[in-house]
Amino acid sequence: MSEHEQRTPVQLNTVSADDPRLQPAARRPELVEKVIAVTFLAGIALICGFGACYWVNAAPWTLGATFGGGLTLMGVGLIAWGKYLMPRGPFVEERHTLANSEDDRNAFAAAIVERGGGVIKRRKFLGGLLGAGMGIFGVVAAFPLIRSLGPLPKGTLFHTDWVKGTYLVDITGRRVHSDDLAIGSIVTVYPEGLENTDNGQAVDQTVLIRLSNEDFVTQKGRETWGPQGYLAYSKLCTHLGCPVGLYEQELQLLVCPCHQSMFNVTNGCIPQFGPAPRPLPQLPLQIDAAGYLQSQADFNQPVGPGFWERS
Amino acid sequence: MSQIVNTKRAQREQSGPYGKIGQALNELDDRMGVAKGGRTFLDKIFPDHWSFMLGEIALYSFVVLLATGIFLTLYYVPSQDLTTYTGSYLPLYGQKVTEAFASTVNLSFAVRAGLLMRQMHHWACDIFVGAIVVHMGRVFFTGAFRKPRETNWVIGTTLLILAIVNGFLGYSLPDDLVSGTGIRIAYSIILSIPLVGSYVAFFLFGGNFPGTSIIPRFYILHVLIIPLIILGLVGAHMGLLVRQKHTQFPGKGKTENNVVGSPMFPVFMAKTTGFMFVVAGATALLGAFAQINPIWQFGPYTASRISYAVQPDWYMGFLDGALRIFPSWSFHSFGYTIPLEVTIPAVIFPGILFNLVMAWPTIERKFTKDNEMHNLLDRPSNRPKRTSAGVAVAVLCAMLFIASSTDVIANFFHISLNSVLWAMRVLCILLPILAYPVTYKICREMQGFAGAGKRKTTNVVTRTTEGEYLATPAPAYVDDMVHEHEHEAVPVPRYVVEDVDDDVATEGGVRRAPR
Repeated sequence: MSEHEQRTPVQLNTVSADDPRLQPAARRPELVEKVIAVTFLAGIALICGFGACYWVNAAPWTLGATFGGGLTLMGVGLIAWGKYLMPRGPFVEERHTLANSEDDRNAFAAAIVERGGGVIKRRKFLGGLLGAGMGIFGVVAAFPLIRSLGPLPKGTLFHTDWVKGTYLVDITGRRVHSDDLAIGSIVTVYPEGLENTDNGQAVDQTVLIRLSNEDFVTQKGRETWGPQGYLAYSKLCTHLGCPVGLYEQELQLLVCPCHQSMFNVTNGCIPQFGPAPRPLPQLPLQIDAAGYLQSQADFNQPVGPGFWERS
Repeated sequence: MSQIVNTKRAQREQSGPYGKIGQALNELDDRMGVAKGGRTFLDKIFPDHWSFMLGEIALYSFVVLLATGIFLTLYYVPSQDLTTYTGSYLPLYGQKVTEAFASTVNLSFAVRAGLLMRQMHHWACDIFVGAIVVHMGRVFFTGAFRKPRETNWVIGTTLLILAIVNGFLGYSLPDDLVSGTGIRIAYSIILSIPLVGSYVAFFLFGGNFPGTSIIPRFYILHVLIIPLIILGLVGAHMGLLVRQKHTQFPGKGKTENNVVGSPMFPVFMAKTTGFMFVVAGATALLGAFAQINPIWQFGPYTASRISYAVQPDWYMGFLDGALRIFPSWSFHSFGYTIPLEVTIPAVIFPGILFNLVMAWPTIERKFTKDNEMHNLLDRPSNRPKRTSAGVAVAVLCAMLFIASSTDVIANFFHISLNSVLWAMRVLCILLPILAYPVTYKICREMQGFAGAGKRKTTNVVTRTTEGEYLATPAPAYVDDMVHEHEHEAVPVPRYVVEDVDDDVATEGGVRRAPR
């Protein structure tokens, strides 16, 4: 160890072949060589093992173990070779300033300023036209590049497919009857016919909860919205649009598993906890003559997360 | 008249002192003039300090990403068209799933070594981003970003952002339940941008969420466009590194005008190639023994389904945490909405954070008025303000990361979600503010002690032939022989001098406690 104290950096290209700094770093190079050889051999064996495992289609973990083990051993051997059996140095390299001489700099700047500036100054009108042309090209070219990517949002984000008289169906397409749900039950419903469509799944998804046997009023002005204790809320969290998939029956909370917003089912799903800023929109319900559940109209406000145009 | 060479010996003589290789190099030099530059390249000196290896981990995990990624593209189908799964994983048999999901499950179970490659790819990505962050910490805390290396700092930060973005795009591709929820959240975040949010979201997704374009679009971004930019920037990053040469810690024989270490060929080449094998090997071992992203257990994405404990990959954790703990402040006025509860934590906060990181070299120079070239590194304790600022930001990100699992913490420790949320809100503000003065104090104390940061040396006990025991101190460790913390070797920052008491300050502005 103490010999390291004398280690002086040396210029790589001036070292003579018998300089001690060109000697390997290991004190017993023969031993190190043997150890490295064994490491390499073990690595080769594992890599061959990988080939064999692949050939017989062995379990995936055996493939990884042989492949990874073989590579690691070969790598460790190679590092040891570099560390112990190669010239130990340390070597030194001079650093030269990156900056060029004053003359070179001036010549470079002059080339740009004088040549370029002179040309442009003399032909200001042409330069302006060229700039305008490029600018217009940039704007025009952006249209097919960006505008073609998708349709304009227009009113899409404001409406769902729920309209007056839409039947509520479950994921299999079966209409929900007013006798179907026991008190405290919950089911995800979709507008009839749209239960397997992207829009039905992503936008129209609604949770249907039965709270009691009597009509349930969540807020003033929603007297007819909860017939026979059935309440329907948009399943899209008003924070980031995750499905509000957890129902805490004792506390009557709908919980979003993404960021833990909680909505109180009994008072119109006003957010009670977490980052969601708005209540879940409620879907006004009615029950038809045969006892099947229908929507009275669309949600009372846009569903899902906030966006600029939303008032 | 050229001589006709017809004996082997004559051929050997004519080929010069370096034989056939020399001759081949001559041919190459005739055409491309590579001799001088090639020699300089082989002689390039790499510092021997271990911390210079962190960037190599990033580079080699990127190599693993490219290799395994190419394998995956051969089997993955970037399509949201529905198909009936009929593969070997029975719980999914007969289900309607997207081509993307079905092909990912198939390449995991039906393609030989497919599962290994997929798990290696995922692990390599987590390692890639992690190595970039740690490498960045080394560059930051040692001041390696100072003039002339500010450009490389900006390139490096851009690489970090691209790595995070491409990681997100990549884990979204299987179209499983967890990643699909991630895309849904990303869509809502884009939607939250004031003025243009809904347009950007509709153009990116080709319509309202989910549409049918997002998987193919993510695919081409993930496998071509972003990797190409990363590759180009990695080239620029390393080109600048060679041009400007490495930084180094101060020490014996090390000055601002040289680089001390091992030459490119053969020493560094052997070590770094070996290290590449080790990184790839370690990734393969992780792929073999540590399951990652078992999408067949999550199931295919359905917009109205969700699973419990939805956490993204680790590098998205700080954003998820910020979204969880930010209060529900939505702005409604004048007929418009700004969803501040999303815009601030998910758009404005990362925007400020990454811009601050990119601008750090400029900001620091404003304060220190230091416009010198720096090739010798700082010991972090000698730059207490920079170190404290860095630690404060790191603590903030770490706390936000922890905040991304509030639900898991609440369940695990059986405490209320409300307490966890409020604790995280308080800690995310309090701890970074506390971290600054604490780090500052520790740095200043470390400056005062000459031996701070050094390992204690052992005593070697020997027995003489007479039976007498002798304890002699062992020589110091080689690394500790290098006096990299000695303030003489480090250019003294001007801002430290001002706030040091006159009676304990030396002219260098560094306190020395008597020992």
